[in-house]
Amino acid sequence: MASGQKKERRFGMFRGKRLRKLCSSAVVVLFLVAWAQTCARADEILVSAAASLTDVLNDISKSYQAKSKNTVRFNFGPSSGLARQIEEGAPADIFFSADLPQMDALDKKGLLERGTRKNLLSNQLVIIVPADLKLAISSPKDLLKADVKRIALAEPSSVPVGVYSSKYLTDEGLWDQVKPKVVPVQDVRATLASVESGNVEAGFVYKTDAAVSKKVKIVYEVPIDKGPRITYPVAIMKESKQKDSARDFMNYVSSPVAKDSFKKFGFVVLD
Amino acid sequence: MISSFDTWQITLFSIAVGLASTLLILPFGIALAWLFARKEWPLKSVVETAVLLPLVMPPVSTGLILLKIFGRRSALGQWLYERGIEIVFNWKGVLIAMSVMSFPLLVRSVRTSFAEVNVRLEQIAATLGASPLKIFFVITIPLAYKGIVAGALLAFSRALGEFGATILLAGNIPGKTQTLSLAIYNFVQLGKDPEAYTLLGITVALAFLFVWSSEWLLRSEKKVY
Repeated sequence: MASGQKKERRFGMFRGKRLRKLCSSAVVVLFLVAWAQTCARADEILVSAAASLTDVLNDISKSYQAKSKNTVRFNFGPSSGLARQIEEGAPADIFFSADLPQMDALDKKGLLERGTRKNLLSNQLVIIVPADLKLAISSPKDLLKADVKRIALAEPSSVPVGVYSSKYLTDEGLWDQVKPKVVPVQDVRATLASVESGNVEAGFVYKTDAAVSKKVKIVYEVPIDKGPRITYPVAIMKESKQKDSARDFMNYVSSPVAKDSFKKFGFVVLD
Repeated sequence: MISSFDTWQITLFSIAVGLASTLLILPFGIALAWLFARKEWPLKSVVETAVLLPLVMPPVSTGLILLKIFGRRSALGQWLYERGIEIVFNWKGVLIAMSVMSFPLLVRSVRTSFAEVNVRLEQIAATLGASPLKIFFVITIPLAYKGIVAGALLAFSRALGEFGATILLAGNIPGKTQTLSLAIYNFVQLGKDPEAYTLLGITVALAFLFVWSSEWLLRSEKKVY
């Protein structure tokens, strides 16, 4: 074969290949644009919420996402840790805290969207023990018994349920004797898990958390009038890039349908 | 600022339990390393892999396994609890977590040292009438001691830096089970950066010291023929 012939054949083939390549790329690009268009209209909002809200918010968002094009992603954890994350720039659109100090901290730093903050729920503190515990514990004073060696509590200096519990025990004059027995854990669900495991004799959680577990039993409910006032505030973050979708979900969370869900899980709905 | 007493207590506690865990695993690690270096047996590779697992698995996975083994609801946990021995949420849990996590590093290092000891020297000793035990302590160990010390230093550093298994098995209880790494995590969670940085400095300094010493020992090891 002469080199000239070869060159010509290559040139001809090259031209055809290039055209085919161009066509397939165009098709791919068109598909991508169409897909991006559909995605662009639907938002994914990130909600940082207190661990105690895990089951009820998953329940509420299921019905929300059935009727909305938006998707909701949750970041559950201790409200104190979540607030720290947001302070450091975590891209949460909504923050649902288990106490006021964490929301106040963000408010002071100017991280809340004006006019969106509101108090939505309240809860009740309870003492739980492993369901198969043989020890008799029926009041906070029983925690002082020598047989009660370890008490699970979410970090008492920062996590809301830990702060509420330690303040309650301080008011009852029991904190100094309870403190040496405390095993600090990450959040209220970690407290629940510790008690379920049987590696501690007792723990402090919200009534709503005790309700979701069959492996623990409530031995004492802190009376609402004697215990700490528990308030769950919620707000949209100022740095949110999809405030409209966030507002949409917030409205849904404050709707009668959602309020029924909260009541079903045992939360007190503030009106 | 973190009180100097707390810093002292946390550091001393971490070093003390780290030291205890290294001393605890030393005899077992040396024995197992010798078996790996000198003997063959069926399923040896399975044992080798099992020993290596804590090194490559996520520490929390190992911690979870330990929690299930020593927790109050397990057979072993119950048995120990009835005799007044608590492992979970106790310094003993810290000891076990550190031991398990640093064991593979010790075994690997010592095994390499044993492998580098010329078998012929051991055989010569045998022809001269030395018993296997005498050979081990008079010939093998002295020739491998640098690797053993280096391995122990490495295991100790690893024990000091242990986090995942420790927090699951022993919990993060200030004054009782809180090690340097657990304390740093705690302070970061609480937003107390200055305290966290203080402890960070200590961990870096300690780790640097021990790892550097370990490497220095291994570098100065000469081949003996």
